[in-house]
Amino acid sequence: MSESAPLAITYREACKQALRQALVEDSRVFLMGEDIGRYGGCYAVTKGLLEEFGDERIRDAPLSESAFVGAGIGAAMTGMRPIIEIMTVNFSLLALDQIVNSAVTIPYMSGGQFAVPLVIRMATGGGRRVAAQHSHSLEGWYAHIPGLRVLTPATIDDARYMLLAALVEPNPTLIFEHVMLYNMEGVLTPGVTSVDIDHAAIRRPGRDVSLITYGGGLFKTLDAAETLAKEGIEAEVLDLRTLRPLDSDAILASVSKTRRCVIIDEAWRSGSISAEIGMRIVEGAFFELDAPLRRVCGREVPMPYAAHLEDACLPQRDAIVAAARDLVRPT
Amino acid sequence: MSDFKMPALGADMEAGTLVEWHVKQGDRVKSGDVIAVVETQKGAIEVEVFVEGVVSNILVPVGARVPVGTVLARIDGAAGETAQPAAAAARSTTPQVVAAPIPVARPTIATGARLKITPVARRRAAALNIDVTTLRGTGAEGAIRLADVEAAARALPASAPSIRRGVDLSEMRKAIAAAMSRSKREIPHYYLSETVDLHAALTWLENFNRDREPLARILPAVLFLKAAALALRAQPKLNGFYESGAFVPMSEIHIGWAVALRGGGLVAPAIRDTDKKSLADLMSSMRDLVERARRGGLRASELTSPTMTVTSVGDRGAETVTGIIYPPQVAIVGFGRIVTRPFVVEEGIAPRPLVTVSLAADHRVTDGHLGGLYLAEVARLLQEPEKL
Repeated sequence: MSESAPLAITYREACKQALRQALVEDSRVFLMGEDIGRYGGCYAVTKGLLEEFGDERIRDAPLSESAFVGAGIGAAMTGMRPIIEIMTVNFSLLALDQIVNSAVTIPYMSGGQFAVPLVIRMATGGGRRVAAQHSHSLEGWYAHIPGLRVLTPATIDDARYMLLAALVEPNPTLIFEHVMLYNMEGVLTPGVTSVDIDHAAIRRPGRDVSLITYGGGLFKTLDAAETLAKEGIEAEVLDLRTLRPLDSDAILASVSKTRRCVIIDEAWRSGSISAEIGMRIVEGAFFELDAPLRRVCGREVPMPYAAHLEDACLPQRDAIVAAARDLVRPT
Repeated sequence: MSDFKMPALGADMEAGTLVEWHVKQGDRVKSGDVIAVVETQKGAIEVEVFVEGVVSNILVPVGARVPVGTVLARIDGAAGETAQPAAAAARSTTPQVVAAPIPVARPTIATGARLKITPVARRRAAALNIDVTTLRGTGAEGAIRLADVEAAARALPASAPSIRRGVDLSEMRKAIAAAMSRSKREIPHYYLSETVDLHAALTWLENFNRDREPLARILPAVLFLKAAALALRAQPKLNGFYESGAFVPMSEIHIGWAVALRGGGLVAPAIRDTDKKSLADLMSSMRDLVERARRGGLRASELTSPTMTVTSVGDRGAETVTGIIYPPQVAIVGFGRIVTRPFVVEEGIAPRPLVTVSLAADHRVTDGHLGGLYLAEVARLLQEPEKL
């Protein structure tokens, strides 16, 4: 072998490499957020960047989401490429007015005279025993808003390269990093230097049932697909990757092939992105369906702190397996 | 392990076409379950299994035409290995056949049940020109799925007419011709008849029906049926089969009830344990049988188990009917139209409702003397309708 074998890196490291590349390649890029500098970010994604790039470009912000997101919007409008980190999606609600009423609407209300090329990263999802104010999955809410692009990288490659694609995007872009993925190890696909943020990806092809998911749901779902394969059920796993705009074509193509679909979404079931996906399937592929649609979603409660309760509230492999099996081989 | 075989659903049947499997390999079955449908000259017949166990092997695919006795499936099971499949039941010399449940009409589209079918299955069925109401769903809540349609499509023999449940009257005519020719050729019939005064029976029946809803009312034919069955207890030599040169008496009395089909044709499915059923039960059994006979939903056990046949022509028939024995049975009893005629009552003459009861019986088994005793018993029973 002329080249050394690729090294396994963590999802966290992939995110950091992406940030570093952005900072190196484009002097307009700067990072801003709570504790991202000296502390290194609450999930340690930005650890070491302050020493490397200095406090002009790695800026600790006060506990004021509305203020620093608003500052980021202004910077983006005036030619910078800010990357804002919000600790968790729960806290992003404090900046909701800035995101929805300013970032999204300014390009429209200015008749296209202003673009807001703002990137906001935030952690999402449950499983880390940090209870109800740090564990929810609200990315589906943002997927409701036209003018936003909502990315949910689940793989090492996506974590590494989606940020670069987001920085090219002229509209405000939100990147949701699932908290349970940061420690996941994987190998960057050799030769890949960019990813596209327009298309969903089939992570495992199959013919019997489509398992549609994104972000933190992907690996549980792949796990479930493994189990199903042992029973002779070949599940296709579709990773949405981008929740807005949704890749309807990929969803409809997969469901039209397998004719059955389970949507796996850690968010609360009612009014969730899974509801939107299900509706699109019914609108676009009703006549292809050979079974009712199913969803495996988070329990509709504030996330409990206790480990066993938190686990019970999140979609787990067995529930995914059971739902898929039921569609393929009803009892 | 036991074999589930293509049943003989009539004296003349040599082969049948398997048109539906209601089970698949690995399914658990219990006695009395309808597990297949066989297309015969008498229409599509539901075939029950009379063992308990697991279907281990399905040997004949849907659409195949196979001779009577061909093993259709193998059933592994602990219980009931010695019990016999439906086909053997009536032909068997063992009278103790497992009793079939009282047949209940299966809900169909026509009765208003909503058909559950997935969108893709409906579309595919339309493309293949398959009647979805003939399919059995394997999906959630019994929904018909794509796989069910595809299976039905595979089952359609190439370029053969599509399988249709119901009765092909020209085929049925052939079946009747074969059975009756054989009967007239092989069975030395003797014929007797008796005129029975129905004054007591009809008076009692009028009282019985007076305060009842139309559906709960009983027809005179039910009295005939019950009387014909009870009289067999006194003359068991008329109840059974003539096979391989000998008479095999049957201890149970399952009267075959001749049902005329619209447009012609005739079937005589069994009403099991006719002698033990109440008049009300017999009425509902008759209604159910007639309905299913005309729709083509009879069961194999009903066609193979009659031990004697009754034909009643009703109020639009002839005054007298003399039947032809349906082999291998040994007797058939006919009830003509009820007519009012002058009749000698005690010392005078009075108008009375009368019915001519006839008996055609197999001379190889019985003689006219015994036949006469049987008819006298029928007449006697009809004088005490409250005891029927």
